[in-house]
Amino acid sequence: MSAPDVSGITGVMGPAGLADAAGSPGLGDASARPARRGLALRVTNLRRDYGQGPVLDGLSFCLNAGDTLSVLGPSGCGKSTLLTLLAGLDRPDGGEIRLEAVPPDGLRSSVMFQDYGLFPWKTVEDNVALPLRLAGLGRAARRERVAAALEEMGLGGLGRRWPARLSGGQRQRVALARALITRPDLLLMDEPFSSLDALTRARLHGTLLDLWRRRRPICVLVTHSVEEAALLGRYIMVLSALPARVVAWLGNPCFGAPRAASHPGFFDLTRRLHAALAAGAARAGAKDSFRADGTSGGAGGAAAHAGDGPCAR
Amino acid sequence: MRALIRYAPALAFLLLLWQLGSAALGTFLLPPPVELLGLFGRSLLTRLFWEHMGASAWRAVAGLALAWGAAFPLGLAMGHARRVDRVAAPLVFLTYPLPKIVLLPFFLTLFGLGDAPRILLIALTAGYQILVVTRAAAARLDRRYVDSFRSLGGSTRALVCHVLVPAALPEALTALRLASGTAVAVLFMAESFATRRGLGFMIMDAWGRGDQAEMLCAILAMSALGVLLHEGCGGLERLFCRWKRVETGR
Repeated sequence: MSAPDVSGITGVMGPAGLADAAGSPGLGDASARPARRGLALRVTNLRRDYGQGPVLDGLSFCLNAGDTLSVLGPSGCGKSTLLTLLAGLDRPDGGEIRLEAVPPDGLRSSVMFQDYGLFPWKTVEDNVALPLRLAGLGRAARRERVAAALEEMGLGGLGRRWPARLSGGQRQRVALARALITRPDLLLMDEPFSSLDALTRARLHGTLLDLWRRRRPICVLVTHSVEEAALLGRYIMVLSALPARVVAWLGNPCFGAPRAASHPGFFDLTRRLHAALAAGAARAGAKDSFRADGTSGGAGGAAAHAGDGPCAR
Repeated sequence: MRALIRYAPALAFLLLLWQLGSAALGTFLLPPPVELLGLFGRSLLTRLFWEHMGASAWRAVAGLALAWGAAFPLGLAMGHARRVDRVAAPLVFLTYPLPKIVLLPFFLTLFGLGDAPRILLIALTAGYQILVVTRAAAARLDRRYVDSFRSLGGSTRALVCHVLVPAALPEALTALRLASGTAVAVLFMAESFATRRGLGFMIMDAWGRGDQAEMLCAILAMSALGVLLHEGCGGLERLFCRWKRVETGR
């Protein structure tokens, strides 16, 4: 990644034309968009201020195609602001969000929310079909893809249900189906499983990882659960309290292992994450950082540390 | 059919009250149910009755439709867009307390003695009710739904169609249903003079001639019109807002 391709888009992203409408229905079809290789998301010195002091201050990181990032941090530290900026729903006050090697028909991104993602006045089918409908796909094609998507999520007979009649886990699976139906290159998730019970959450982790393996979008997952961050993130970024700066950037040795929670390094990882969280909360944005080996770092600057991520190679 | 069954016990009770009232007041002042309903049934077979009924129904429905067409979009705009609201809300709330019925003679002067002034009056009265409720409903919409929609890449027109309208519709249709009751009241006032058509005219004309029975028939007809409008609006709610009843568990 030495000479980044600057043909990417800065800032606002959204679903582009669905060029592979002719592709097979369902959610995971790795053959459809080979041009995605080399796609990178590069965030440099991101800054956002709502007028009461910076919420994000000098955030930098980089992700390649096939990476997932868990963003961990105390409540109200600006994690959701970061996602809003990445989704193009807001513009940063400083710094840059750049996408490199964007496929010729544009970048597709999807956002999955904790709630308010599904519209209660639309049936499950209509909810899942909505992004396709907004992109101009015809009714027959929409119906086919939605049906296949629901099947894959194990929601087969629930197409005509109203969201109010679904359980929390089912609702989030529908939200996930909706997020993935456009086959996004970038999947952003804002605490998607926070309001679910532990068992349902565990199941959805498995579902998400399954789907991700087939399609490999770049994922950015905001969560306040250390365990979830360790299970779902190839990299884990710990943010401090306001203004949010990177306290730690850890690579995850257990990511993708068949039963990650039983992996020998898992407990150690969660221990280090807890420590980083505590340090971040205590020092409220100090420039000290934790290195991946768990020892306290000097004033190397958090931004420099995040640059040790994959894009620095 | 289901409506009839729902209304049956209440109807039976009212008929009983009526019978007792008739016994108390005498058969001239208040003919007993059987007699009056017989008279009513016979008048349903006359063309004149349906002309009056038709005129009233047309004025009421046209007025309500006009009210909806103006107030619902405006209410959505005011509730969703603060810039629009800042301009329009003071205008609306200054004129809201004025009883619109007071404007009837003014409208008659402006628009003549036909249907137009009466339809306009009904539209104005019902429109304010619908406007205020729709504006509140749109303002109450959680912004996160809007964010969620924008994240799908939808345009503003699509936002109106897929989010703003369906979210505000249940409350707006309830307002319409309530407004239909007010509409019938305004209709009566608007028809009670300067016209020779309509149930309101029929009531006042029969009263003027001392024809108690015909007056009561016309009153019955007007009540029936009110019930039909009410049920019609209820039907619209059932058609377009099934999701809301699921949500509230009814």
